[in-house]
Formats: sequence, structure tokens, C-alpha cells
Amino acid sequence: MTLHRRDVVQALLAERGGLLVVAGLGSTAWDCTAAGDHDLTFPLWGAMGCAAMLGLGLALAQPQRRVLVVTGDGEMLMGLGSLATIGVQRPANLSVVVIDNERYGETGMQETHTAHGVDLAAIARAAGFASGVLLRDAAGLGALRRTIHEAPGPNFAQVKVSAEKVPLVLPPREGALLKNRFRAALLGAGAALQ
Amino acid sequence: MNAPLPAAVDWPLATHQVLARHGVGLVGYVPDAGHKRLIELCQADARMRTVVMTTEEEGVGLAAGAWLGGVKCALLMQSSGVGNIINALGMTRECRFPLLLLATMRGENGEFNPWQVPMGQATPGVLRAMGVVVHQAESADAVPGQVDASARIAFGSYCAAAVLISQVVIGIKSFQEQSGR
Repeated sequence: MTLHRRDVVQALLAERGGLLVVAGLGSTAWDCTAAGDHDLTFPLWGAMGCAAMLGLGLALAQPQRRVLVVTGDGEMLMGLGSLATIGVQRPANLSVVVIDNERYGETGMQETHTAHGVDLAAIARAAGFASGVLLRDAAGLGALRRTIHEAPGPNFAQVKVSAEKVPLVLPPREGALLKNRFRAALLGAGAALQ
Repeated sequence: MNAPLPAAVDWPLATHQVLARHGVGLVGYVPDAGHKRLIELCQADARMRTVVMTTEEEGVGLAAGAWLGGVKCALLMQSSGVGNIINALGMTRECRFPLLLLATMRGENGEFNPWQVPMGQATPGVLRAMGVVVHQAESADAVPGQVDASARIAFGSYCAAAVLISQVVIGIKSFQEQSGR
């Protein structure tokens, strides 16, 4: 059974509680928004290749909170070195999930490296992640959600999904607004006075 | 020759104290000979977490994530690394993330490696083109004060600020000398 990206992200973000989410630019930001726009989701509209590092910075700043990066295969490939950097820091509260459609979805569905066998989960394991799994069907999604919330990390998952076009569901675009609402929700109203 | 001037102040020590005073809790770096001592001082400081990065661009994401979580971050790099962060600085500006960047210069005063010259010469202009407030420290004495000023404007005014620490301060004059450090 081929997985659909919206179903996967919806399942992973279900009953998210205090989970802090960074969404990589493009389709994964729309997926996270489709699952419910949330003050504690920081969707990227640019800075391709930086999503995992935002997750690391956030995880180190908030060691008592669980942090999830949801990003695409193309975005992750642009920041492969960050897997090595995370592997050195080993934050126990960070998970990185790549929604892998093997395509650059926003630019005409050109094939990415993962369409040609590049194994991101193996790279993450080799870089020192505590776990790195490849999922192809819904059977592992429940366990992955529990891993995101509970398992000592850093955790990595590469979830293969069908290369389909889905409706755009867009979060707010203004960067300062997205930053300020995230900080207010996480740190309280005093964040504006930091 | 381009011998290092006798330093009136111990700039790495004073700079570390400035970072600590501003409450910097996270320091991302790609090593540079000029930053060697400052990196070691930050590593030895229990109030600071140091993060070695594979490329400078990672630091822009690291600093943004840290600020989302309420922590101040400083980035240490060489001027050549400034070329690796340009697109990511678009996020810093659009989101009004604070960013404190300390870059040791290559490719300017007495550079011996011609491959360093283009990026070194372009560094201040490229940063300014992306809206970064640039301070240029031409002497060891000037470094701590300019780091302090940059930290104030970065964290106080929610923008990116860089201190470019001149090769006059670093004083590397030959490949052999650099290798020996």
C-alpha cells in the first residue's frame, strides 16, 4: 500500500501535545498546515537545507521539549552535513522525519537522488543518530509517532510516499509573524521583551 | 612584513567575556586558525554549548532555532565561510532573527593565498547586500568593543550583525605559519 504524504503527516502530528515542529520549505510545510496550522509549528518558506539545523538549535535550547523536523527529500539532501552535526551533538529530544516522494515537488517533480537509491536513513545511522528507519507502509507509523514523543534520540525516519500533487494548504507567509507567534506560544508573552 | 602587532588586549579572552555577559548560550563554529583560542574558551565555559558544523550555512539555521527556543547564539567562522551563508541570511532578515557573526578575515592584509582574496575582498559588501550590519575591527583593541556593539544591535534590534576581525589582528603571514598554529 503506497503511503500518501498528507495521511503520514496527519498521523505523525495527531495529538501532538507540546511537540515543537519545524517544517521544511515546500510540500512538507503545506502538509503540516493541512494537519492543522499551529503556533508551535515553524514553517519555512526559504532557507532550503536549513530545516534540520533549526531543529537542532531548538532542541538544544529546549531540552525538556520534544522537537520534530518534518522535511522533504530534496530539502534534506541540500543539508546532508547537518546530519553529521546532529550526530555529534546527539540531542535526545530531536527527531527528523523526511517525507520522501523522490521528487523536487515544487519545481516540476524532477527526480531527486533518493529516486536513484540514496539511502538517507542509512546516512543518518552512519552519522550517529540513535535510530534511522525506512518506512514504506502504514504499519510503522504508530511506532514512529511514539518514537517522536518518547524515544531517546536523535531519531531519523525516511517515509516513502507516492509522488502525487496535492492541494496547496498554505501557512502564513510573514517570517516575523511566524517567529513571534512561535516564541509567544513557547516562551510566553515575555518573549517579546527578550 | 606583516607581523602581528603587539596586542594591547587579549582579544579572544575579552571577546569570550563579552559573549558571556550577553548571555550567549550556544556557539556554532567552523574552525579557523584565527578563532582557535576563542573556540577553546567557549568550549571550556559550562554556560556555553559549542557546535562544530560542517558548513557555515548550518549556523544560520542553528541560530534561528536557538532563538525560537529563547537562547542566544553566536557564530564563528572565517571570511571565506561568509560566502556559504548568503541565501540563508534571507531567512534571518525576513524573520528578524538576531544573528551575531564573528568572522576572521582572510584575503586582505598581506594575504599569501591568492584563492582567499576574492571572497575576502567581497565579504563586507556581500554581507551588507544581505542587510547585515558590518563592524570592521582593524586592531585587537577594537575587537571586544565591536563584538559588544554587534551583540547589542543583533539581540536588541533583532537583526544580523557581523564583526570582521582584520588579518592585521590575526597576523597570519605565511602558509608555514598557519600550519604551525
